[in-house]
Amino acid sequence: MSQIVNISTGPDQTWSDYLKNQILALPKCTECEKFHFFPRIVCPYCGCFKLEWQRLSGIGEVYSCTTIHRKPERGGNYNVSLITLDEGPRMMSRVEGIKPELVKIGAKVTASINNETDKPFVIFTPLVQP
Amino acid sequence: MPHELRGSSAIVGIGLAGCGEAHGRSPLDILAEATHNALDDAGLSLSDVDGLFTGSAYHFMPTLSTAEYLGIRPRYSDGSMVGGSSFVAHTLNAAMAIKNGLCDVALICYGSNQRTAGGKLATMSEQQIYEIPYKPRYPISSYALAAARHMHQYGTTRGQLADVAVAARLWAQLNPEAFVQDELTREAVLNSRMISDPLSLLDCCLVTDGGGAVIMVSHERAKYFQNKPIYLLGTAAAHWHRQITQMPDLTVTAAVESGQRAFNMAGITKNEVDVVEVYDAFTINTILFLEDLGFCRKGEGGSYVANGNIAPGGSLPVNTHGGGLSCVHPGMYGIFILIEAVRQLRGDCGKRQVDGAEVALVHGNGGVLSSQATSILGTEETL
Repeated sequence: MSQIVNISTGPDQTWSDYLKNQILALPKCTECEKFHFFPRIVCPYCGCFKLEWQRLSGIGEVYSCTTIHRKPERGGNYNVSLITLDEGPRMMSRVEGIKPELVKIGAKVTASINNETDKPFVIFTPLVQP
Repeated sequence: MPHELRGSSAIVGIGLAGCGEAHGRSPLDILAEATHNALDDAGLSLSDVDGLFTGSAYHFMPTLSTAEYLGIRPRYSDGSMVGGSSFVAHTLNAAMAIKNGLCDVALICYGSNQRTAGGKLATMSEQQIYEIPYKPRYPISSYALAAARHMHQYGTTRGQLADVAVAARLWAQLNPEAFVQDELTREAVLNSRMISDPLSLLDCCLVTDGGGAVIMVSHERAKYFQNKPIYLLGTAAAHWHRQITQMPDLTVTAAVESGQRAFNMAGITKNEVDVVEVYDAFTINTILFLEDLGFCRKGEGGSYVANGNIAPGGSLPVNTHGGGLSCVHPGMYGIFILIEAVRQLRGDCGKRQVDGAEVALVHGNGGVLSSQATSILGTEETL
C-alpha cells in the first residue's frame, strides 16, 4: 500500500497516523513475509530491516480475556483481551458491544478505530453476536 | 564432564530483615539489616564484601546506592534488573565472578518497604504504550490472561488455582515467621473479591515489607565457614518477552529453557529434587512453573497441585515457608526463595523441615511471566 505518512517518522507515530486516517496497518517483513505487533523497525522473527506497512483485514480471534472488576460508580467492569489477528500478530485490546463477562476465548471479532481523542486506539466487536 | 560452574561456589550466609511490616524504615535500611544478618550468619563483616549483586525498584542505579549506603567499594558489581527474578539470576553472575577471581565474597541483597510505604500491589514499571488505552491492571491482568488461557486450553479450574493458595497457607502455618497464619479454605479463595477474572484477591501474593541477603564464596573457601555450605549446582536464566502480548504461548514460560539448562549444569533430574521453591506472585505461577520445570506434564499442573499434593505431607514440598502468597512478598521476591531453600538444605526449618532434603530447586519469575531464572542448590553430599 502507498505510504500515507512520512516514512522518516518512527513506527509508533506511523501506527498512530494510520489510525487517525481510519486505517489499520502494521509492518510486514519483505523477507519472511510475517506481520508483527507492536510495530518496530526490524522484523522480530527473522531480523530483516526491510519492512513494508500493509493494511490488515481487522478480523481476529480472542486469544485470552479477563474481566477487570471495578465499582459501578467508577464505570463498572470492563474487558481486556488479547486478540490474535488473522494476519498473525497478537495485540491487547478491548471487546466492546457485549457484556465483558460474555467475551469468550475463540470468539471471532472485528476491529474498529476509536478516534475520539488525539490518541486513537483499536477496539473490537463480536463478528457474530452470541 | 561436569560444567565448570557446578558446585564451584556456595552460599555460606543468609539473612532476613523487616519481613511483614517495617515501619519508618527505608528500602536500604531494610537491605542493610538483612546484609548485617547474613554477614553475621557467615561470620564475616562488611569489609570482607568485594562483590555486590542487587536490584531495586527504588533506585535507578541500585549497586551505586547500595554500596554507598553500606560504605563498601566492591571490586565487582552487577545490578542486572530482571524484576523479581533478579536475585536468582544473580547467582549465576556471582558464581562466574567468583570462579574468575573477580570477587571473593559476593553479597546478593534486596530490601523493600512496599507495605508500609504504600500498601498497594504497586509497580515502578513503565507503562507499555500499546496497553495504556485498555487499562489492564499491572501486573495482575497479564497473569489473569495466562490463567484464563490455561483454563481454556487444559480445563484447569479456579478451584485448582485456589488449591495452590491453600497449600501455601498450610505451609505458612508451620512457619512462625509467615505473615499470615489463619486458616484458609478453597471456598474462601473462590469467594474472595474478584479483581481480574479468573484471579481473585486470594490468588494474589501478599504485599509486605522485607529484605534478604545471601553471601556466596568459592567452593575452596566454603568449607572454612561456620555453617554447612550450600552449593550452587546449576543455574540459568531465560527471557522470551517483556509485555504479555509478546508471550508466544500464554501457557508456556521460558522456565522450560532456564529449567533445562539449570538441570543440565547440575547434572541431575527432577527426580532428585527434594524441595521446590517457586515464585508464586499469583496462584497460576505455581502451576505453570511446575509444568515448565518438568514436575508434571503441560496441562496437568491443575490436577497436580490439587488434593494437597504440594502441601505439607504431599508428594512434592513446594514453597515450604508459605510462599509469596502467605509468607512474605515485598515487591520483588526472588531473594526469599533462595534463602528458604538454603534453610531447608541446612535442616534449620523446624516444623516445616523436609526430612533429608539434599537438593532444592529455586525458580524466580520477573515482569509478566517474562524473565525466568532457575537455580539448583545442594548439600556437600550432592557434589
